Amino acid sequence: MTLQRIEQVLGVCTALGLLIGLYIGLIYAPPDAVQGDVQRLMYLHVPLILVSYLAFFVVFVASILYLWRRRRQYDAIAHSSAEIGTLFTALAIATGSIWGRPTWGAWWTWDARLTATAILLLIFLGYLMLRALMEDESRGAVFCAVLGIIGFLDIPIIHMSVVWWRTLHQPASLLKSGLWTVAPDMLMALLTNLAAFVLLYGYLLAKRLRLEGAKEELFNLRMELLG
Amino acid sequence: MTFARRVLAIAWKDLVAEWRDRESITAMCFFAFLVLFLFSFALNGDQTLIRGASSGLLWLAFAFTGVLGLARSVQSELANDCLDGLLLYPAEREAIYLGKLLGNFSVILLVELISFPIFAILYNMDLWPQLPKLLLITVPATLGFAAAGTLLSTMTAGLRAREAMLPFLLFPMTIPLILAAVRGTEVVLRHESFELAMPWLKLMAAFDLLFLVGSLLTFEFLVEE
Repeated sequence: MTLQRIEQVLGVCTALGLLIGLYIGLIYAPPDAVQGDVQRLMYLHVPLILVSYLAFFVVFVASILYLWRRRRQYDAIAHSSAEIGTLFTALAIATGSIWGRPTWGAWWTWDARLTATAILLLIFLGYLMLRALMEDESRGAVFCAVLGIIGFLDIPIIHMSVVWWRTLHQPASLLKSGLWTVAPDMLMALLTNLAAFVLLYGYLLAKRLRLEGAKEELFNLRMELLG
Repeated sequence: MTFARRVLAIAWKDLVAEWRDRESITAMCFFAFLVLFLFSFALNGDQTLIRGASSGLLWLAFAFTGVLGLARSVQSELANDCLDGLLLYPAEREAIYLGKLLGNFSVILLVELISFPIFAILYNMDLWPQLPKLLLITVPATLGFAAAGTLLSTMTAGLRAREAMLPFLLFPMTIPLILAAVRGTEVVLRHESFELAMPWLKLMAAFDLLFLVGSLLTFEFLVEE
């Protein structure tokens, strides 16, 4: 009962956060001097990709915990988080693409960060596909845990390789050392949306975990009925 | 028997089985030839285009051929429940992984060595003086590919859609490796200073290390009952 309560509170906070984020991003923050209103996509794009990094990190940690402790919850967390992370990465690429068309003049370029993100998406699509195709669920959980760990550790190497290959993307706005160069109003819009998307991630994760729990309960009930 | 001898025994079994029918190697060599042959149609036979893209074409051919080899290697373990027999072999799981890896690595490397002359002839390249440098690129690239491939093909072995799933998992993961191999080969084929290939060699070393250590730590989970 308490868990459901937390989920409800989380849901309300997420809705509020997203509404405030939309307001600050679309109305309060000034349009970009050079790029105009298109730049507002950044308030979706950056939080989406940062939260998907968070989600894949959660997959990594939950996968290690699953291999170590073999508790079903850890696997459920890894699976749910991978799904959300994949969705958010795909959305980040989509918003980036919509932004790139007027700004760079192309939907897609083979820039280092774009390429690395696309590879990341492919790896986790493979992860979800492997999970969907495994008939034996507990073996699928183990395989995906291994894939989640190795895939995550592969990311820095992929990143290095494509950075050496080519670079065009503007440097990260938030994930860097030193002073942030984003204007204060824009920074506020960005951080508000980031917070809202972290909440959204938490809410979706809680919902998804409850779904997994219900699935297991259904399975157990069915087993009981069949004797 | 020491650990190393157990590894060698497993690799030896794969190589002897391969030598007896030579099915994989024949199929892989023919496939590599076919891919290299077909690429020149894709590039409309344009010699300058082909020269510019040749190292990329070579490694794409190797990547496709490598997947074919890995799939066949798993196939041979699935027939007659050989995999269960292999797991009964009194060796550490790590030895089984390294043995399979060594077998896969040897077969893929052999096919690559056979493909070099085909490549040289089809694309009119003078490879022989460059061969030692080319091997410096080929060996770590093949090792990493085989290391990742042996791990991932064990995962996809039980799937009905394994032929589709193995490349789907393997190719995105090995992009850094293929990229490094293509760039390194390019440096060699263009007679540039080998210094330029050093960062790529280091990248391949990092990839190989990650997949070897990662696979050794996790392989036992994949084959547990």
